[in-house]
This record gives sequence, C-alpha cells and structure tokens, in this order.
Amino acid sequence: MGMEQLVEKYFRPGRLPHIWCPGCGHGIITGAIVKAVDKLGLSKDEVAVISGIGCSSRASGYLDFNTANTLHGRALPIASGLKMANPKLKVIVPSGDGDATAIGGNHLIHAARRNIDLTLVVYNNSIYGMTGGQYSPMTPKGSKATTAPYLTIEPAFNLLDLAKAAGATFVARSTTFHVQNMVDCIAKGIQHKGFSIIECVSACPTNFGRQNRMGAAPKMMEWQRDHAVMVGAWNRMDEETRAKAIADGKFPIGVLYENNDVQEYTEAYDDLIKRAQGGK
Amino acid sequence: MSIKLLQGNQAVVEGAIAAGVKFYGGYPITPSTEIAEQLSARLPQVGGKFMQTEDELAGLGAAVGASMGGKKAMTATSGPGFSLKQEMLGLACTAEIPVVIVDVQRVGPATGQPTSPAQGEVMMSRWGTHGDHWVIVVSPVSVPECFWLTIRAVNLAEKYRVPVIILMDEVVGHMREKIELPDDYSTIKTVERKRPTCKPEDYLAYGTTGDDLVPPMADFGSGYRWHVTGLIHDDTGFPKGTPEGTVNALNRLHDKIYNNLDDIVTFEEYKMEDAEYAILSFGGAARTAYDTVDMARKEGIKVGLFRAITIWPFPEKQVKALAGKVKGILVHELNYGQYVLEVERVVSGKCPVWLYGKYDNSSATPQQLLAELKKHTGR
Repeated sequence: MGMEQLVEKYFRPGRLPHIWCPGCGHGIITGAIVKAVDKLGLSKDEVAVISGIGCSSRASGYLDFNTANTLHGRALPIASGLKMANPKLKVIVPSGDGDATAIGGNHLIHAARRNIDLTLVVYNNSIYGMTGGQYSPMTPKGSKATTAPYLTIEPAFNLLDLAKAAGATFVARSTTFHVQNMVDCIAKGIQHKGFSIIECVSACPTNFGRQNRMGAAPKMMEWQRDHAVMVGAWNRMDEETRAKAIADGKFPIGVLYENNDVQEYTEAYDDLIKRAQGGK
Repeated sequence: MSIKLLQGNQAVVEGAIAAGVKFYGGYPITPSTEIAEQLSARLPQVGGKFMQTEDELAGLGAAVGASMGGKKAMTATSGPGFSLKQEMLGLACTAEIPVVIVDVQRVGPATGQPTSPAQGEVMMSRWGTHGDHWVIVVSPVSVPECFWLTIRAVNLAEKYRVPVIILMDEVVGHMREKIELPDDYSTIKTVERKRPTCKPEDYLAYGTTGDDLVPPMADFGSGYRWHVTGLIHDDTGFPKGTPEGTVNALNRLHDKIYNNLDDIVTFEEYKMEDAEYAILSFGGAARTAYDTVDMARKEGIKVGLFRAITIWPFPEKQVKALAGKVKGILVHELNYGQYVLEVERVVSGKCPVWLYGKYDNSSATPQQLLAELKKHTGR
C-alpha cells in the first residue's frame, strides 16, 4: 500500500496537516508505525496508541485507532492499566526523548522490568522540541540548547542499554533515514510478547539542528545515514574497528536484543488469578 | 448478613469489591496501605487485577488506563501521595474517565505525622489539580459507612464520568468497628457507565443528548475508536481552542455535576428537629459530635449535628436553610479552618459561624467539643 492509501486508511479524516515543522522526522516515524500495523494485518480496533506530551505525542490524535494524548511522561502507566484491562489490545506508546527518559524515566524502567506487552516507540530528536529547544537526557554532551548556551555538560543516556538492563525483552534502534528498517523493527516489536522499545533517531532541524549547525533536514538525514550501521555489520566488526566507530559517534541499528524466555506480565497475572482462585 | 469486626480501610476494600471494582493501581503509603494490601488479595479472587506501581502518579494513571479499557478502577493514598496524584486527577476530570481515589488523610504538610489523624485536605480535594474542575468528594464517619459510601462513590464515578474522592482520615481508616456485610454482594445496586449503542461510525465521543450532559463512554477495543485528550476539546474529543469552545467544554463539566445536586449531595441530621444551634462536621471529626449533642441536651442546650456526607459539591442549599433556622453554627474539623470558609460564604452573615479547628494530631473528645460549644452559646 502506498503512503496515500495508508493515510486514507489509518489517519483520521480532518486531523491533518500535522503540527510538525518542515523537515521534522516525526512524520516518518508515525508513518512507519502505520506501515508496521498494516504489515501485520492488525485491525484498527485492536490497536491502541497512548502518548504523553510533546511533539511526538501528538501522533496519537492523527491516527484512527483507540488513542489517548495524556500527561507528560505518564503514557506508560496509563498504557499499562489499559493493557491489564484488555490484554488483547496491541498497545503502542509513541514518546519523545524528554517524555520517555526524563519525566517518564521511572515509568520506563518499571514497565521494562515488568515485561508488560507494550511497544514503546521513542521519537529521539535529542531535544525538547515543543518548548523550543531545551536539552534532554538524550542530548549529546557538548551540544548547544536554549538552556545550555555554554554547551551541555551532562552525558546522554544510553537508552537501549538502560532499557535492557531494566528488563526490556525487545530492544531495537532505527533512524528516519532507514525507513524500511524502522518499519521492520516496529513490526517485530509489536509482535514481540513483552516490553519492546524501539529508539527511532529523528531529526529536529528547527530546534536541535539549527542550534548545533547541523544544516537543514537533508543534511541531518545524511548524518543518520553516515552514522548508523546495520547490526549485522556492527557485530562483525573487530573490537578495534568498533571502538573507532563508537568514537566517531556511530551506532548500530536493527533488532539489537530479543529474549522470548521471560513470561509477559499480563500472562503472569492470569496465572496469579488462577492461584488466587484455588488453582495451581 | 454476617457481622464482622473490620477496619475502615478493610470496609473500603469490601465496598470496592461489592461495587464491581476490577482494577486497583497504587503505591504503599500510611495510613491507607491496608487498602492496597487487601485488594491485592481480594481482586484476583473475583477476576480483578491489582498493580503496585512505581509511584503515586502511576497508580492513578494505571487506574485511568484500566477505566479506559472498561473496568471499574480505583486507587488509594494519603496526603503526600494525594499531592502527587493531582495532575492525573486533572486528566480524569477533563477526559471524563470514571475513577475512585481514596485519600486517608494524615497530618501534613510534607511527611507531617503519618499515623495521626487530620482533615487537612478538605480544600485540596476540591481544588487540588490546576485549572477549573469539578469533582465529587464523600467523607465517611464510620466503618459501615466506609463500605456503603465506597459503593456509592464507584456508582457516582460511573454515572457522572467523574473522579470521585473518598476523603477519609486516619481515625476512620484505622478504627475497627462492627459492620453487617451482605452475604451476597450481587444483591447490591451497582451502576455501570453508559456505553454507546449507536453504530461505531456515528459515535461522537463527547456528544450528549438533551438534559443528559454525561456522554456515553466506549471501552477501548470495543470497536468504537475515539480519542482521549487532556487538551480542552469539543464533542468530537479533539482539541478546540476557541473562546466559545473553551466555555462550552468547561460549562458542561460543571453542569453535569451541579445540575444533579439532589442526586449527589447527601448529609445526615442528628437531633436537628428542634435545634437552636448546629454543629457542622464531617468524617472522623463528626464522630465526636453525636455524644456532644447528647451531653449538651442534658444540660438544656438544644443543639443538633449537621453532618456533610458529600462534602463537595458543598451542600449549599441545606446549609443556607440551616442558617435561617439556628442561632449559630459551630464548625468542627481537624485542621486550622478550611471547610468553615465555605460555610461562612454560604451562611453569608445570616447567623454566627464559629470554628473549632483542631490541629494537634488527635480527635476531640465530646467534652472538648462541648466546652467549645458553650463558649459560644453562653451556657
């Protein structure tokens, strides 16, 4: 299905155009979510999209699923309650880097720890876009931001290591340059039974690129092209090459980790109900 | 009926089960923790689910999410946790997600005194979250009332699509008292939220008809796809930023409650028929007043008790009538003086209003309350 047909089928009539700036990568990520849903052949009724607050979180309103645009950082607890109420729903959580890792950071690690079957899609544009370019926990150290006129002195999270350490059982990364790879990662994340996180590297030319002299949107996408390495190639690197790649700011993309041996939370709760009711 | 000796918090748990609550999300905090502990055992027995969340906001957040999924949902907390939940409470107000929040008050602010009684959240329960909003707050006086008022709170939340706060205090939460529990909860009248009956393509998420200002609510996943938002929205559920749209949205949130005060406002009058003075109180503080009334009457002071059960919306009509009838109203609450401000506003000089606000981390004795009364009645 072409994008026009996908928009027709999955986007709410009358809700577009979106609010994102020209050159923003968030439309590509939202498109990738829709393509993943379509690829899996899910019905719109069985998909819920629960977001917090921020540029990325506006995605929920555009999509013709069961949707909610809730509070800053709090999408995961609401999504968790919804999933508990109706485990049949495929619950997708679009969340910005500030939403997911700063104000919602505690919810992130605990949702991962429980291994509840949610698909967290982190729209990582390395900045607070909606409020005008303040640094987030995902802003690379040494970047300029409206709250870091003398450059940031805080290191960024390694988000995926954090999520994996907390208990996430599906961990992937992609970029808005690598659309097919992103669709694939999100689709696999939705299919995975357990907590999935897909970090989608996005470009914010308006509020991050401009302050950091990264050029316009195409230049920022070229940066993604030049720094992302397919996970297969990444894994084949010898240690010295990989160390150099890391030093050059390169990063692996694709499915980086998947563990299907951990029981999913709502399934574990169903077992608990059986025990409480006198079963085994 | 079976007779049990239960704690107030336990009675809330049984009330929740009887009302059909199927989800609890919450974080441990004194003096409400027993509610979480016992629901973690009781809910799975009836096919419900309990989630101990990472923090207070997540507890209410998970309850809101479960309610969106069609389950009757609740949380419980105490002062510090109630402060933390306020933002989520605002979302439940504006998105009209039915949910029940129990706040077992302790002494505040901050850590205050976790195991001592107070009623310092009277105003926060009404005005805690930012922005104009309207909630229902009920306050039980006894263990049996904890049971019945929890059922009522769940019913009101479902009927009006509004967060309902059960404002308790450490006295009522932790006290043990005799209670008669129905053997079969299925005989108890419960309310289910209205769900849409139209075709999914005709469903207007916040559309209302006629005088009924409460829109039907579809469960997520039921085939009616709609959008929940914390932004001010119109009947489509999508943001509406115009001045007129804003006024319409807020007016409906107000009117759906305030057009139904006769259904929502409940109160108790004790020996008020011939009363020349009234003690006005609620929750744990009101327990003292029954004995005070009896003692005062033995001494020839004709006093009665007006006990607000629904404390918000304020029983305005009833208190206005009261002010026209008695020579003075003594407000008794376990704080420096909060509810008295609303009483003064409504009485508006028609009779004297006195305050016995007690904030020394203990309940008043009937004798103490009687002494306060006598200061004002002059006998």
